[in-house]
Amino acid sequence: MVAPIAAPVAAAAGALVGLGRRCSGWANVAAAVCILAAGAGLAARVGSGHVFAFGHLLRADPLSAVMLLVIGAVGTLATWASVGYLETELADASTTASAARQYRTLVPLFLAAMALAVLADNLGVIWAAVEATTIATAFLVGHRRTRQSLEATWKYVVICSFGITLAFLGTVVLYFASIHAGASPADALNLDTLSAHAAHFNPAVTRLAIGLLFVGFGTKAGLVPFHTWLADAHSQAPAPVSALMSGVLLSVAFSILLRVRVISDAALGSGFLRVAFLVAGLATLLVAVSLLVGQRDFKRLLAYSSLEQMGLISVAAAAGTRLALAGLLLLIAGHGIAKAILFISAGQLQHAHNSSLIADVSGVIARSRLLGAALAIGLLGLVGFPPFALFAGELAIARGMAGAQLAVPLGVAAALLLVGFVAIGRHGTGMLLGPAAPGAPSLAVTRSVAAPLVVGVVAFVVLGVVGGPFEHLLNTAATALGAT
Amino acid sequence: MSLVAGGLLVVMVGIVWRRDLAATIRLLALQGLLVGAIPLVSGIGHGDGQLAGVGVAVIVLRAVIFPRLLATKLRGQAEEDRESTPLVNTTVSLLVAAALVVAAYVVASPLVALAPRGATRDVPVGFAMVFIGVFLLISRRKALSQIIALLVLDNGIDAIAFLATLGVPFVVELGASLDVLLALAILGVLTGRMYAKFGGSDLDDLRELHE
Repeated sequence: MVAPIAAPVAAAAGALVGLGRRCSGWANVAAAVCILAAGAGLAARVGSGHVFAFGHLLRADPLSAVMLLVIGAVGTLATWASVGYLETELADASTTASAARQYRTLVPLFLAAMALAVLADNLGVIWAAVEATTIATAFLVGHRRTRQSLEATWKYVVICSFGITLAFLGTVVLYFASIHAGASPADALNLDTLSAHAAHFNPAVTRLAIGLLFVGFGTKAGLVPFHTWLADAHSQAPAPVSALMSGVLLSVAFSILLRVRVISDAALGSGFLRVAFLVAGLATLLVAVSLLVGQRDFKRLLAYSSLEQMGLISVAAAAGTRLALAGLLLLIAGHGIAKAILFISAGQLQHAHNSSLIADVSGVIARSRLLGAALAIGLLGLVGFPPFALFAGELAIARGMAGAQLAVPLGVAAALLLVGFVAIGRHGTGMLLGPAAPGAPSLAVTRSVAAPLVVGVVAFVVLGVVGGPFEHLLNTAATALGAT
Repeated sequence: MSLVAGGLLVVMVGIVWRRDLAATIRLLALQGLLVGAIPLVSGIGHGDGQLAGVGVAVIVLRAVIFPRLLATKLRGQAEEDRESTPLVNTTVSLLVAAALVVAAYVVASPLVALAPRGATRDVPVGFAMVFIGVFLLISRRKALSQIIALLVLDNGIDAIAFLATLGVPFVVELGASLDVLLALAILGVLTGRMYAKFGGSDLDDLRELHE
């Protein structure tokens, strides 16, 4: 259980003390694989209960296992692609050796912070880990040192620090409620203690605490109204980092809201957060879809599609049935891998064209079979075509919501998703199909980028076709999250 | 304890009132000192050495290290950047601050109702600091004044934690302080880069990215 945190920290230390650039690049990949393996190991070990390490500092349950698997899978693809990404940047002198070293130090620290966020038992430590992800990614967003990336970094750090500070206030208020409900100060913020004592919490104080926690962690998960940092940060960050931020960081932040939901339901009944999840989710969907329609930049298109998925996930969390929660977790996994494939491909396109405008790119399939296929499969999966995981996830969410008497919000969400589908489809076909524009740059993909792309596509297809082994894990995780 | 809480409110008014950033940083240091005084005083009062130690650590961090980091940033800046440029004038700012203090008493009333005796009575002051911090964050347009606003917000939360529950568990306090310190360092570096790229630290220059 310590491995998913210790391995990336070791890789970061290696990069910092000046391990050779090949060596530290592969050390990062090894660290991500380690997280993936630990996730698989924990999934087998925890069963439907939970295990502790270091006293009560770390706690793993099925949700931790699912999230570690997602962090590990996307992390492996992203760090693997980073090897080639940095080589290309160093070769054409768009980055310096020291900036590349900073990159190889911060990426594993970012992975370690996310692993800690899903493994910590104390809500305060979870909070500190989430804030640490902001700190680790700040200079990664600003890696390219342009005016735009500086602006994106500033907004990202200020808005996320502000949001996460509200979550800390919520944590403090919840601690106050927990102590007054008879919990001992040392473990008053531990997840199990909080759920056990929640029934005796003072309702007025708890409402304040849960509201602050929702807004705080919701900011980090990209929920409206504090979503404005998301597209800027995701479009300015280097492509592999965008994949990590879009594919896993958002869902890690959301997984904490799922834990808050358990406490809130026990203290205040299920109605309180259900309304919050529904309103925030539908508003996020609406904003994301309306910005998808007229989008001109393909990295921002991918960022807003993540916002769209987070909106859907939030709506699904409102339903709270086992089916809806399991579908939500499948959506998180499928979306993570799809975004890894798409952002890695988008990075290649951006580098070749020296632009991230949709209008500048056309005929990708005709020009590069690998990039074209990866982009096409990623986009088809993203908009919800079978046999990919997002289709199964969305289907489960729809059935779960219908079972929870949420037919009207389901209808609204489905209509918004349809608009998003058309928008992404239209932009995607424009980029993929058609003849190559005269004078378009060649799309040569180096081996160190091609390999993770192929592995990512295979993993994405396998996750969609062979859902069996995961079904049990997702169901136990949903049950552990208090599904009704 | 009520004396400390009153002091915090007075300092808060000062921060809203002053435009000169150097003076604001001195007030921020004073605020950090008062926040740290809460656990220090009650630690000594209860003969609790650990709590008093936490108080000393908070004072070192919030009254010495944070303000010094900010002051270093300020020294390199041009005359026009040494003053914050609020979107609203001082009178309106003070009125808004007063309204926020009232709002803080309303919002914090459930906490006070739960423990009507002792230091919890003064918790609304912490909420007032948080609210005014948010107000400063959205109404000030200089990079440094936004950093100061974030620190005011953070001081407020720490004040709430110490007034309501004598602080959060040590591991949480440690993690939180470390995060704030690092975030401050990052924002400092970014301010420097902003100077190099834009020739100023006016946040209205940040408007290339939008839909």
